Amino acid sequence: MMKVIIMGCGRVGAQLATLLDKEGHQVTVLDTKSYSFRWLPADFKGTALLGHGLDEVTLKKAGIENTDVFVAVTQGDNRNIMACQIAKHIFDVPKVVCRIYDPLRRDLYITLGIEAISPTTIFAQVLKEKVEG
Amino acid sequence: MYIIIVGGGRLGYYLTRALLDEGHEVLVIEKDATFSQIINNELGSVSLHGDGCEAATLEAAGSGRADIFITVTGDDEDNLIACQLAKHKFNVPRTIARVRNPQHEKVFKKLGIDATVSTTNLILEHIKHELPSHPLMHLLDIQEKGLEVVEVKIPPGSTTIGKQIKELPLPADSILSLIIRKEGKPTVPTNSSVIQAEDQIIAVTSPESEDELRAALIGE
Repeated sequence: MMKVIIMGCGRVGAQLATLLDKEGHQVTVLDTKSYSFRWLPADFKGTALLGHGLDEVTLKKAGIENTDVFVAVTQGDNRNIMACQIAKHIFDVPKVVCRIYDPLRRDLYITLGIEAISPTTIFAQVLKEKVEG
Repeated sequence: MYIIIVGGGRLGYYLTRALLDEGHEVLVIEKDATFSQIINNELGSVSLHGDGCEAATLEAAGSGRADIFITVTGDDEDNLIACQLAKHKFNVPRTIARVRNPQHEKVFKKLGIDATVSTTNLILEHIKHELPSHPLMHLLDIQEKGLEVVEVKIPPGSTTIGKQIKELPLPADSILSLIIRKEGKPTVPTNSSVIQAEDQIIAVTSPESEDELRAALIGE
């Protein structure tokens, strides 16, 4: 069982939270709007916490001091990057994963030691294979 | 010097004007086309329309030859990422970021930003200074040394009035540098200087000793 904090409860954040919750992990989802939590299923056993993921008080409330994993999937690349750097360098979270839409920005932060995924690059690749296949 | 500013809002605008007046070469990167145009119309062609968090924009701005890179947008995350980009991709020697959430100052420092200015803290300090219950004001942070320059105003009725400096239990890492009297010239304090009501005392201290220093000077 892992403790996981997910920042951003959009389609991706909520679906990831649901998957991990079903597998028995202890999940906390953060979002600035309570309306976003509608994406979570009724039987979600984790915690939905209202607050800003760049705010130290909110992060502590979410249990960042003893979490195993921190994932940032808000709509803002910069917000995700900053949150992940706080998790990694201030709170020493062992595993930090970040979504960065901009592939160039992703490349930079990979060199700075942030594990980052660019859906833009991945999706373009998938589409290319579909087109060619 | 060549100075790049990210953010052409009110702060960016006045900063640009001040730096141009000092004779620097300045470029403001502004996301909003209208704001960018206004700056170009009013200050001469010194604004580039674009996103200061994108490498392509910083490339077009000639960041590789910039001496200082300053971010003053209203979003802490944008200020951080733009500064990191300037530092790590374009090797700009000095990066300065505006910080709105005071908690983020230590984050920015830890992440390698050379200097931060917390606009929220600055305003708070100035408001607090006007309140009689807060006789200590921060004048300057010496960030590299972990020291600060502060001013303590001696309120009338303080128990230290009439005492000599040597009688006060001052913290070991605080140095009194100047006494500004209501009347007469400012003087450099000695051990036998006597505290008077309304004195403004300028001191250098570590942030940790700040409360102890204030208590020693006003006799709490």
